[in-house]
Amino acid sequence: MGIKVDIELCTGCGICIDSCPFGAIKVEDDLASIDERCNLCGACVDACDFEAILISDVKEAVIKSDGYEGVWIFAEQRNSKIASVVLELLGEGRKLADKLGVDLSAVVFGENIESSAKELVRYGADKIYIVDDPVLKDFNDEIYSEILTDLIQEHKPEVVLCGATAIGRSFIPKVSARLKTGLTADCTGLDIDNEKRCLLQTRPAFGGNIMATIICPDERPQMATVRHKVMKKALYDPNRKGEIIKKSFNGLSMDLRSKVIETVEEIGDMVNITEADIIVSGGRGLQEPKNFRLIEELAKTLGGAVGASRASVDAGWIPYAHQVGQTGKTVCPKLYIACGISGAVQHLVGMQSSDVIVAINIDKDAPIFDVATFGIVGDLFKVIPEFVKRFRELKG
Amino acid sequence: MNIVVCIKQVPETTSVKINKDTNTLVREGTKSIINPFDMYALEEGLRIREKSGGRVVVISMGPPQAEEALREAVSYGVDDVFLLSDRAFAGSDTLATSRTLACGIEKTGDFDLILCGKQAIDGDTAQVGPGIAENLDIPFVAFVRKIRELDNHTLKVERMMDDGYDVLEVSLPGLITVVKEINEPRMPSLKGKMRAKSINIPIWGVADLDMSDSETGLKGSATQVIKIFTPIRDGKREILEGSIEEQIDLLINKLNDLKVV
Repeated sequence: MGIKVDIELCTGCGICIDSCPFGAIKVEDDLASIDERCNLCGACVDACDFEAILISDVKEAVIKSDGYEGVWIFAEQRNSKIASVVLELLGEGRKLADKLGVDLSAVVFGENIESSAKELVRYGADKIYIVDDPVLKDFNDEIYSEILTDLIQEHKPEVVLCGATAIGRSFIPKVSARLKTGLTADCTGLDIDNEKRCLLQTRPAFGGNIMATIICPDERPQMATVRHKVMKKALYDPNRKGEIIKKSFNGLSMDLRSKVIETVEEIGDMVNITEADIIVSGGRGLQEPKNFRLIEELAKTLGGAVGASRASVDAGWIPYAHQVGQTGKTVCPKLYIACGISGAVQHLVGMQSSDVIVAINIDKDAPIFDVATFGIVGDLFKVIPEFVKRFRELKG
Repeated sequence: MNIVVCIKQVPETTSVKINKDTNTLVREGTKSIINPFDMYALEEGLRIREKSGGRVVVISMGPPQAEEALREAVSYGVDDVFLLSDRAFAGSDTLATSRTLACGIEKTGDFDLILCGKQAIDGDTAQVGPGIAENLDIPFVAFVRKIRELDNHTLKVERMMDDGYDVLEVSLPGLITVVKEINEPRMPSLKGKMRAKSINIPIWGVADLDMSDSETGLKGSATQVIKIFTPIRDGKREILEGSIEEQIDLLINKLNDLKVV
């Protein structure tokens, strides 16, 4: 197994150095060499004009896809409300299922969840698997992992998708590890390679600076968590029909080792930045904690949530739940307004995939303007109140 | 209490950028750091030891140069460090990585609590922590922002959710991944720095872990990267002009046209 440079063919041109996301290649004496940082991603193989780099002994494809059929989405709920990412999963799942010519199924766990679960048929699901039990009301990794694993083993879907939410990113990796299959986190693009009948999963890495397309060639199911707010929501069709399959919860195979004691909904719409279509964020340019009031007012006027830069969170001006960026949350709303945020790369990686970015900053050289769709160079203490005032006048 | 902390050496994000002219990846030097989230895991491990006694072991999997990250960990005051490094590990996806780390952790001895960062800033998958827990068959809690109580048998934590938090009680041994809110990491101590220079770091490969080649590396992985590319960004950048009133009107019109407000 490994990667090799053909010393006959390599000219030492160095094109491969730039192509390597892991910095694993160096050229010495007109010959490229690859060190242990290599992740065998193959980027250099594609980049080389001389076909001098080869990845050998890739394991033989013994596809275990026999008998695996259908696309599943996990429809998560919290406090008996189906999460909004589920409609996006249904929209995307429908497309994939149609390309594969198979059924789309949704899996719902919860208590008294049946009526809202049935609605998912009208959003495009052909089948709904419901497990309704008081024990499933709160999210418990252990219980959720075991039931989903069992269902997958029983029904053998070829694709399983889940939202890249706190719940999805918490328990889906346990399910994939238990099934010994592949899982791709936080996908922003999905497609089907019809010839190989495999799922093409595209996701950002290095904080969104590069994109990678990943496949799970041999194991089934192919599993992915999907980033919120990227895929289009499924359309509602009141006349759509589907099959409801109720599964009963028969207890666990082992003693429960963790339990949820309390669930606290701490934050309102002003804070849940991962769900928001509009985010207004404030940074150090606000100068004082009390000036976050301005950000809140603009957010309220536009119907958005409040975000913050790391600097303002670290200064204690606003709680961590608001933080956007590398050590906070990654967001991609339709509109992101950065006020008094200079745009350190650690902030940019958390918001640069937003549809439209507006930057308001007094420093015309601030890096935030490099990613801004629209920039206003000016004093936020004048710009924001004017924004609020004009918007209210125009929208009544 | 025996605590194991998993750390990963990652490139500092600022060193990975796109050259705007050529649209290729630029790496300014190869500065590597301990993954920031793992620093919180490390700090939490040290704080638990200070309160309840015991031992903090740090383990990392990566190329030989990941040794630097482990030396840095020693400078903060951890007891023992171990490196899992072998060419056979190359190309490991999260499935193979968690399996390999789980074998490494077992080899370090008895453990009560394993701490990991919520995710690494290069891969951003957040899958290795839960993967290790599954391989070791121990309970797991993600995104922990606070340890409320801890004794030799149980752990009570707050798990950060998208809309608030959950309080969970977990029996030990267990594994948690932590977020930034949990603590503020300390600076290295002089004594720690001295020890970091001289400590001998054991390096374990496939054979030491009693693993077969098919369990780790590319062969032990289920996923495969088939393409890497730079994201397409539309180049339209516009700095608005005029008086504040004019700029605001222009902005509102443009946002209206784009149907985002």
